[in-house]
Amino acid sequence: MVKRISGRKADELREMTAKVGVIPNADGSAIFSFGETIAIAAVYGPRQLHPQHMQDPSSGILRVNYDLLSFSVSDRKRPGPSRRSREISKVTEMALKPVVDISEFPNTVVDVQIYIIQADAGTRTAGINAASMALAHAGIPMKGLISSFAIGKIDKDLIVDVDKYEEDYKEGEGATDFPIAKISGTENYTLLQLDGKMQPELVKKSLDMADKACEEIYEIQKSALKEIINGDGEK
Amino acid sequence: MSSMKISNVTKNSLEKMFSENKRFDGRKLLDLNNLEIEYNVSKKAEGSARVRLGKTEVIVGVKLGTGEPYPDSPDKGNLMVSADLLPMASPRFESGPPKFNAIELPRVIDRMIRESGMLDLGKLCIKKGERVWTLFIDIYPINDDGSLIDAAGIACIAALKNARLPGLTKDNFPDYDKKTDERLPLSKETYPLSFTFFKLGDKLILHPTREEEESCDSRITWGISKWNKQYMINSCQKGLEVTFNKKEIIGMMDLLPKKYDEIIKLIGEKLNE
Repeated sequence: MVKRISGRKADELREMTAKVGVIPNADGSAIFSFGETIAIAAVYGPRQLHPQHMQDPSSGILRVNYDLLSFSVSDRKRPGPSRRSREISKVTEMALKPVVDISEFPNTVVDVQIYIIQADAGTRTAGINAASMALAHAGIPMKGLISSFAIGKIDKDLIVDVDKYEEDYKEGEGATDFPIAKISGTENYTLLQLDGKMQPELVKKSLDMADKACEEIYEIQKSALKEIINGDGEK
Repeated sequence: MSSMKISNVTKNSLEKMFSENKRFDGRKLLDLNNLEIEYNVSKKAEGSARVRLGKTEVIVGVKLGTGEPYPDSPDKGNLMVSADLLPMASPRFESGPPKFNAIELPRVIDRMIRESGMLDLGKLCIKKGERVWTLFIDIYPINDDGSLIDAAGIACIAALKNARLPGLTKDNFPDYDKKTDERLPLSKETYPLSFTFFKLGDKLILHPTREEEESCDSRITWGISKWNKQYMINSCQKGLEVTFNKKEIIGMMDLLPKKYDEIIKLIGEKLNE
């Protein structure tokens, strides 16, 4: 049995919080946290896309921007997009796109803005969870919600939802980070990234662990969305 | 060849052929393409290689400089992988600021090399906290006919194997005129390789041509190596907008070690030259 410094069990996610309707100006918004990692997301649109040459007359397009706030990490992050944030923006876009159906809104864009307020590993996955809720809150036609988290491997053991301490583990086989996003209730993955060292058999096992974890995240997302519909929030 | 999007006619006929496990060039769906490696394509580089994978050609050069270490790794050398998708190599590439593909390609390869443990950055320290070697791996496609990530990955490994350290001046700056025979601190058994599966309908293919690649709806790149006699997945990157399901991923996990051995059998000797 793997021992985690946080005292969590191998398959135990960090405490999650989720709230929808946190940015009154946005068409949809949400905040999601895994322990110390906090992501906030806003959705604007569908709205006319400028510049015009980027418009698609057959469908609306989804455009995602992810970034860290400068003070969200130990060494201040220089404001503005980096290679890392541009990559994560794009993979997040591809993680969300399979459930977003904006074919009925030609020439428009749905803008998703994701910012990390506090980073403690798992920022892209927290961002995806927040964005998925914000899209639903904005009333964008969707085929499902996306739930996301990272499987980790420290030395030889698989664990769920890696925190910063675990991400930096160096002994034995070291630390592996395996972020996964899944369409809730299905076995279809919309984001798969990995870095580290993981035996092919453990990749398979990770997918089984993902089923349970994503189900738990989905429940949190769902209840936050229900809360807003029941009239406690701004809209 | 124009830079237009693939036509529906092509896509439909590819879909039909794939369902019969056939491809235009006579390969089966998961067959690899012809692979050639050549060393020393540029004498000014500390290491260089040219890889041809089918009609795709990539050259990679390794340059070594010295610089300050990063604060969080004062006793480790620096590794930087970058790529420039030259307009020369394809009508699809345009000059100007790097687009997503030009950012993703080197980042995926960087992760694969770094995580595999192939390169011991700890041995590239010159003076702790002050001066370390900085390793630049620069990727230039010369002709893009698909499978660029996989071809570039092999070229990077080959260029690293080919590299020799330059001499050092008294102040620990590189002296490029003073060549040494010293190689990079590379593992003798760990070579990461990448395999990108492309998906059209429910069919998966490896080493696509540009035409096949553009017909596909989704892709996923895996970096795999052998470490302590075990196969290890070192990196993964899913691309495009269509999902992969559990069964497909499990199938890939079973196939990857076999394809890895197939390539190593082909080029293992060449890499150890």
